[in-house]
Amino acid sequence: MLAVLVKRLGSSCLILLGVAAITFVLLYCMPADPAVMIAGRTATPTVVANIRHELGLDQPLIMQFFNYLANLLKGDLGRSYVQKSQVSSLIAARLPATLILMFSGIVVEVVLGTTLGVIAALNRGRMLDHIVMGLSFIGVSAPQFVVSLFFLIVFAANLGWFPMSGFGTFNHIVLPALTLGVLGAGWYARMVRSALVEVLTQDYVRTARAKGLTGVRVVLRHALPNALLPIIAMIGIDIGQFMSGVVVVEAVFGWPGIGQLAWQAIQQVDIPIIMGVTLVSALAIVMGNFLADILAPMIDPRIRV
Amino acid sequence: MRVLREILRQPAALLGFAIVCIVVLSAFAAPLIAPFPPEQQMFDGLTLEGSPMPPDAKFWLGTDTLGRDLFSRLLYGARTSLIIGVVANGSAVLIGLTLGMLAGYLRGTVGNIIMRFTDLMMAFPALLLAIVLAALLKPSLWIVALVIASVNWVQVARIVYTETCALVERDFIVAERSLGASHGRIIFFHIAPHLIPTAIVWGTLGIATTVLLEATLSFLGIGVQPPQASWGNIIFESQSYFTAAPWLVYYPGLAILLTALSFNLVGDALRDILDPLQRGRL
Amino acid sequence: MKKVLLCATILGGMFALAPQNANAAGDIIVTYKDDVTTLDPAIGYDLVNWPLIKSVFMRLMDNKPGTAELVPSLAESFTISPDGMTYTFKIRNGVKFSNGRAVVASDVKYSIERAVDPKTQGPGGGFFNAIKGYDDLVGGKAANLSGIQATDDHTVVFTLTRPDATFMQVMAISFSSVVPKEAVEAAGADFGKKPVGSGAFTLKEWTSGQRLVFARNPDYFTPGVPNLDSITIEIGQEPLVAMLRLQKGEIDVAGDGIPPAKYAEMKASPDAADMLVEGNQYQTSYITMNTKVKPFDNVKVRQAVNMVINKQRVVQLLNGRATVANQILPPIMPGYDKQFGGYAYDVEKAKALLAEAGFKDGFETVLYATNTDPQPRIAQAIQQDLAAIGIKAEVRALAQANVIAAGGTEGEAPMIWSGGMAWVADFPDPTTFYGTILSCGGAVKGGWNWSWYCNPDNDKLATAADSMSDPAKASERAAAWSKIYANVMAEAPWVPVINELKVVAKSKRMAGSPDFYIDPVRIFNYDAISVK
Repeated sequence: MLAVLVKRLGSSCLILLGVAAITFVLLYCMPADPAVMIAGRTATPTVVANIRHELGLDQPLIMQFFNYLANLLKGDLGRSYVQKSQVSSLIAARLPATLILMFSGIVVEVVLGTTLGVIAALNRGRMLDHIVMGLSFIGVSAPQFVVSLFFLIVFAANLGWFPMSGFGTFNHIVLPALTLGVLGAGWYARMVRSALVEVLTQDYVRTARAKGLTGVRVVLRHALPNALLPIIAMIGIDIGQFMSGVVVVEAVFGWPGIGQLAWQAIQQVDIPIIMGVTLVSALAIVMGNFLADILAPMIDPRIRV
Repeated sequence: MRVLREILRQPAALLGFAIVCIVVLSAFAAPLIAPFPPEQQMFDGLTLEGSPMPPDAKFWLGTDTLGRDLFSRLLYGARTSLIIGVVANGSAVLIGLTLGMLAGYLRGTVGNIIMRFTDLMMAFPALLLAIVLAALLKPSLWIVALVIASVNWVQVARIVYTETCALVERDFIVAERSLGASHGRIIFFHIAPHLIPTAIVWGTLGIATTVLLEATLSFLGIGVQPPQASWGNIIFESQSYFTAAPWLVYYPGLAILLTALSFNLVGDALRDILDPLQRGRL
Repeated sequence: MKKVLLCATILGGMFALAPQNANAAGDIIVTYKDDVTTLDPAIGYDLVNWPLIKSVFMRLMDNKPGTAELVPSLAESFTISPDGMTYTFKIRNGVKFSNGRAVVASDVKYSIERAVDPKTQGPGGGFFNAIKGYDDLVGGKAANLSGIQATDDHTVVFTLTRPDATFMQVMAISFSSVVPKEAVEAAGADFGKKPVGSGAFTLKEWTSGQRLVFARNPDYFTPGVPNLDSITIEIGQEPLVAMLRLQKGEIDVAGDGIPPAKYAEMKASPDAADMLVEGNQYQTSYITMNTKVKPFDNVKVRQAVNMVINKQRVVQLLNGRATVANQILPPIMPGYDKQFGGYAYDVEKAKALLAEAGFKDGFETVLYATNTDPQPRIAQAIQQDLAAIGIKAEVRALAQANVIAAGGTEGEAPMIWSGGMAWVADFPDPTTFYGTILSCGGAVKGGWNWSWYCNPDNDKLATAADSMSDPAKASERAAAWSKIYANVMAEAPWVPVINELKVVAKSKRMAGSPDFYIDPVRIFNYDAISVK
C-alpha cells in the first residue's frame, strides 16, 4: 500500500511538472508582449527593451523555464508583472475564499443530489421519479450565470434575504453555494440513480428484497455503498471543475477568490499570476483525483490500485 | 426502427424527441422562418436611448442590444449551438470512450501512459487552456468546437476508465478471457456494450455544458465571433441589460435549457432501451 | 475529522473579517470590480489607482480641484529660466511623510529617478525624457539623473536638454509623486502595497481582493483638506450589484460606472439630479487604419471610411453617454478646432472615392476590438457601416493584450477600434494625442502607433510646438497643434468616432462640486469631495 502511495505521489509530481511545462510554453507562444503592457502607452522601444531585460524575457525559453522551476522549488512563484507583489501572497490571500465556496458547493450538491437520486431510484417509474429526474435535468441544463443572476435579483435585491455581494459572513455564502450546488446536484442525482438502479436489479439485492427487506433498508445497506464509487469520482472531478470554473459565480457575487485573480491576470498577460493560479488549480485537481483513486479500492475491493 | 418505436411509446421521451426535432428543423429552416436577416441592425430596433425593444407585433421576441431581431437570431443561433453541441461533444465522448476503455482494459504501460496523460489534461484548468489555444489559433466555429472537445473528453475518459476497471474484474470477462477470447472481441462485445449507458449519459448531458462552455468562450473573446449568433453569445452580449431587458437572457436561456433537456430525455430513454443488462428485466 | 476542523477554522475567520458598515459621517464606501493593482506611484497607471495615488502622495505641482489649472503643491514657489531650460522649485516647510520624516529636496530627486530607472519596471519613465541625463539612466550608463540637483533641503533644480512646454504638467502627474527612500527600500517591490506618502490620505488596511481603507492624514499641509475621514474601497463588486447597493444607500460611489440598462432607469428617475454627475474628459475613441496594409495605404480608401461611419449610432449604443467626434482632440483640450468640419457622413461620396481608388466592389479586411462589452457591439455597428460601401470586415474581438500586440506588429491589424483601452490623456495638453500614437517614433514593433502613420513634417512641427514653453505663448502653441492635427486628418489615418462622457453615480449624501467627481486630471478627486 505504501509503495503504491509513493508511486502515485511521484506521478502526481510529474503531472504538475507537465502542467507547468505546457502552460509555460503556451503562455510564451501567446501573441502578446507583457513588456509592452507594463511599459504603457508613453514608452519608447528602449524602455520596452529595458523592461523585457529586467523581467528576463530576453532569455531563451528553456532558460526562463529552468529559472522558473528553480524558484518554484524554493517555494517562490515569482512576482506579478503588473502589481509587483509576490504571486504566492496574492494567491494565499484569495485561496481561502475559493476553498470555502468550493467546499460549500460540493456539500450542497452531494447532499441534495444523493437524496434526490435515492428518492428517484426507490420510486423508479413512478411520478416522483419523473419529477425528480425532471428537476435534475433542468439543473444540469441551466446556464450558470443566468441562475446566479436570477438568485441575486430574487433573493437579494427583491426579497432582501441575503446580501447582494461580498464576503465575510455565513449569509454571504448562501447564494453562491446554492448556485453551484443546485446546478451540480443534477449530475449527482442522475449518477446515484443510475448506480442504484443497476445495483437494485442485481441478483443479490433481489435476493435481499425477496427475503423481505424494505426498499429503504436495501438501499442503505446494499445499494448506496455501491453508488459511493461514482460519487467519489464525481467529487474528484468537481474539485478541479470548481477550482477553475467558479469564475462566473465569483464575478456575479463579488466573491474574492482566485477565479477573479486569474481573470484579471489573463486580460493583462500577467504571466506569473496565470502560472501561479494554474499550478495551484492543478495541484487541487491532482489531489482530488488522488483521493478518489485511493478511496475507491477501500470502498470497492473489486478495484485494484 | 425498434428504438424509434420504443421512444415514441414513452411520453417524456416523446416530448424530448419532439423538441429535438423542432430545434433541428428550425436550425435547417432558419432562412425560411426568420422574419429578418439575423445580422441586420435595424434603426427601429432600438429606442432613442439605445435600449433594446421589448417583444411586440413586429419583433416577436424583442430585439437585442444592437437592434437586431431576437427571434431571427435565436433561429440562426440554433445552428451554431447544435453544431458546437453535437460535433464538439460527440468528438469528446468518442475520444474519452476510446482512451478510457483502452486504458482500463489494457492497464500496464499503455494504460498508465494514457491515464497519466488524462490526469495531466485533467489537471489543466479548462478555461486557461481554451484561452491560450484560441489566442494562438484564429477564432472560428470549428476552432471553438476543437477547443471544447480537447477540454471535455478528459472527464469521460476518467469515468469510463473507472467503470472498465470494475468490469474487467467481473466474472464473465474473466471467464471470457480464460476461454481465450481475443482482446478485440472482449472490448467490442463484452466491455463496450456495458459502457453505452455511460456514453449516452455523457453524450446527452454534455450537450448542455458544451453550449454553456461555448457561451463562456464567446465572452472571453475566443468563442464564435460576432456577428454570428449563438445562444451563448446572445446572452453574454446582453448581460448588462439583465434587469431592463430580461427577454434577452430568458429566451436564449430557455432555448439552451429546452435543447439540453430534450437531449437528456431522449438520451435517458435510449439508455433504457439499449442497455443489455436492464432491457426486459423490469 | 481534520477536514471538518479546517472548515470550522476558515468559517470562524470569515466572521472575524465581517466588514463593519462604515456609513458614519465622513466615511464613504467606493466599490470596484477589480482589485486595485498597486499604489506605487512609479508603477500605477490605470483609472482606479491613478486618483488614489494622487491622494496618498504629493507632487511639486498639482491641479486645482475639478480643473486643469496648475498650482504649486509640495513646491511653495518656482522660477523658470528665460530660455525655459532650468526650473527651480522651493519646497514647502514642514511637510511630513506619514512615517514622520520631513520631506526634503533630495526626496524629489530620488522619486523621479526611481520612476525613470528601468529596474523599477514602471510605465511612466518616458514623461521625463526632457530632463538632462535621461538617456544615460535609461541606457544604464548612469545611476541617476544629472539634470536634477538638490542644492539644499528646500531647493531642487531641474535642467532640461530642450525646452518642454509640458514640463510643469509632468510635475503634477502621479509618476512625479514624492516617496521616502527609506520606506521604498524597506518594502522593496511591495512598496505598492505599503505606500508611504505625504498626501491627504494614508492607507490603513489592504485586504487583498476585498477592501482598502484610507484614513485622512491629520498632518496634511492644507488645513481642512481632505473633507472625508476615511475612504473604504470594496473590491469584487459587479457594476450592476454596485448600482443596486447604491440605490439602497449601502455605498457612496459606484467606481466602475453605470451599466447601460441601469443608466436609462436612473436618468429617468427623480434621483438623477442628486445621484448622477456627467462631464467631458480628455478622451477620443477612434478607428485606426493601418497605412502599411493594403488597401489602407491609399489615402482615398481611408477618407472613404471616414465618411461612412454612423457615429450618431455609436453614441446611441452608449445610451447617449458620448458625443460625436470629428477630429483627433477632444473638445475640452487646448488646440481643439471648433471651425474644423472633418469628414461629413456621405455614403455616395465614399463610394465614389473607393471607386477612384480602384475598389468599386469593396474589399475584405479585419477589424480588431477588445472583448469587453460594449466594444464588440460597437465593432459590429462599424462592420455594418463598412458593408454599405462593400467593405467586408471580419470582427475579431480579443483580450486587450492581444489587440495591443496585434496593433504593434507591422502589417498585422488592418483596422482597430480603440474603445475600451482606457485611453484618457494624462494631462490637458494636445501633445498627449500625438506622442507615441501618431508620431514616426511610435510606428515601431511593440509601439502604440497602430496606424503605422509616419509624416516627418508633422514630427518637426510637433517638436517645434512642444518647445514653446513660455506660458505667454500658450495660444500660439495651441494653434500650432491645431494645424498639426488638421494635417493628420487630411491624411486620415484615423476615424475619430466619439468623445466619451464621464458619468459617475454617487449616493445622495455625497456633496461638493460636480467637477470633483469628474475631475479632468485626477479622474476622481478624493481630496475635495465631501459628505453632507
